[in-house]
Amino acid sequence: MTAPTRTRYVQDFGVYAAVLVLLLFNALFTDNFLDLANLRTQLVQVAPVVIVALGMALVIGSEGIDLSVGSVMALAAAVIPLYLGSGMWVAIAMALLAGAAAGALNGTLVAVVNLQPIVATLALLVAGRGIALVLADGQLKQIRNPDLLALGRDQVAGLPVVVWIAILLALVVGAVVHRTTYGRQLVAVGGNRAAAQLAGLPVRRVLIVTYVLCGVFAALAGVLATARLTASDPSAIGNLMELSAITAVVVGGTPLTGGRIRVLGTVAGALLMQLLRATLIKHDLPDSTAQLVQAAIILVAVYVARQRRTT
Amino acid sequence: MTAVAEQSQQVPVARVATSERLAALAQRHGALAVLLLALLVSSLTFDAFASFDNLAGIAIQSSFLVIVALGMTFVIIGGGIDLSVGSVFALGGVLAAWASQWGMVAALVAPLLVCGGIGLLNGLIIARTGLAPFIVTLASLLGARGLLLAITSEGATTYLVPRDAVFLDLGRGTLWGLGYPVWIAVALCALGGLLLQRTGYGQAVYAVGGSEDAASLMGLPVARVKTLSYLLSGLLAGLAGCLNAARLGSGVTILGVGMELDAIAAVVIGGTLLVGGAGTISGTLCGVLLLGVIQNVINQIGNLTSSIQSVVSGAFLVVVVVTQSYLSRIRRLR
Repeated sequence: MTAPTRTRYVQDFGVYAAVLVLLLFNALFTDNFLDLANLRTQLVQVAPVVIVALGMALVIGSEGIDLSVGSVMALAAAVIPLYLGSGMWVAIAMALLAGAAAGALNGTLVAVVNLQPIVATLALLVAGRGIALVLADGQLKQIRNPDLLALGRDQVAGLPVVVWIAILLALVVGAVVHRTTYGRQLVAVGGNRAAAQLAGLPVRRVLIVTYVLCGVFAALAGVLATARLTASDPSAIGNLMELSAITAVVVGGTPLTGGRIRVLGTVAGALLMQLLRATLIKHDLPDSTAQLVQAAIILVAVYVARQRRTT
Repeated sequence: MTAVAEQSQQVPVARVATSERLAALAQRHGALAVLLLALLVSSLTFDAFASFDNLAGIAIQSSFLVIVALGMTFVIIGGGIDLSVGSVFALGGVLAAWASQWGMVAALVAPLLVCGGIGLLNGLIIARTGLAPFIVTLASLLGARGLLLAITSEGATTYLVPRDAVFLDLGRGTLWGLGYPVWIAVALCALGGLLLQRTGYGQAVYAVGGSEDAASLMGLPVARVKTLSYLLSGLLAGLAGCLNAARLGSGVTILGVGMELDAIAAVVIGGTLLVGGAGTISGTLCGVLLLGVIQNVINQIGNLTSSIQSVVSGAFLVVVVVTQSYLSRIRRLR
């Protein structure tokens, strides 16, 4: 049951081709698109989405889904000001810890209580932002810590630190998925949980680790977004991020049915959606059109990536 | 296999049956019991809670979510999910407000046509291509928002319902102290219950949700059943938006964000399993009312921020689903 070769190529390289086509189109028809400043802006905007989407790719690869990532970003943002007095690193560590705790809760509900991932993570999506707002007293807090501000502003070798972190994480996640025992176990669990269980794999541990990683990535994105915004704003940060992240993963060719993770595809998927939005805005198409086009792209991508049912 | 399992279990049959019966009872009426308990505790704690006006307020505020969650119940029992209801609700409201200048009929027909169309499209794509409901309805969540922005000149225009419109009565009129939307929601729930329990379509929804393969082997029209459920969900979300517009007298563009989550939460709290194949409309009704009571109580306490509400609702959701999964494990013991 192999699909015809042409379909396979479209499935495997469609997202990269689409990114290239968009880049080419913009290079030819959009003024100042190839300016360094503009490209930098695009990369900075897409970096948090890439970071969250990488964690999401792991979870989706395990045949799960994590709806709570946006709320976890808000949670991390709310934790930062509480510990900034002890220095930037302590604050970041606590924020990441909060993300890990959220992930551990999600993972436990999925792996131990055997809840469906949608329901398990729905609870934190609802409660997470609430907790964040309670922690922050519902207020936006200005960030004045110079270290953290520098993290959001500084550049290394012409690229913002935020972008470097995203690139580094993509490489690390790629290596983890393809080169480590955990990565192989994760794919096996996502492909067939019952079989993995019977084969003696530590299914529960693999699932919990996966959700913890996703939570930590989301928290990191929340930290970086806070540093860029120069303010901790739990009510706004990470809003609808779960949708952007899931879209990037799915458009990148990772099937929702688990058992296969495409890390580079996920990065390309996030880039594609970002470029699409930027292109539509730069050509003065209204927001409404942009959303309709996005919806269409998602459907087309999923339809193309549809895997044949092998029984 | 089951015979062996039964023999190997050294538990008296009667005891298994009792615990199973209790578990089944808890699963079926758990939401109602918790709702009654919540009402009782709230009435004893807050003087103002049990007044007719306050309860009528909870009823009217919950009525729109009840209508949306009703459609969601059909979709979820059938093993799917519909993330687009929040956007569709907002779109229905805006369309109703816009069309109300041509009278009551237009204000009802316009949103039902468009929202029903979106629901139908969801259903057709999901049933015919086998794409994941989660992704398809995620796309229509974006698409419906896009449409909404398009007809309100990027969200800048708020259509007002003419002051003398009969349409306003639909949202603001009362009968025996309860708003019309409450009565409409109750009537729709009764109809939905009949549809689910007493018709071939309803039984097919359970069958498809229980096992799609088995249902299609039994010769049930799986694709048609699914399509119809999403169509219902779209229609009901649109109708709820339309009634809300009648109550507010305008088509507010920023409504309905996150409404799909409230609807799913209500359905889940009501005892409908997200894996499909089981669930009741009365449970969903209790789920929505419970969320309404939580919100009302938090408002009564007064010195709490509204963010506490989402924390409580989320915690509630966890407790309910964990309990549910525990109960269903007891029932599977045999």
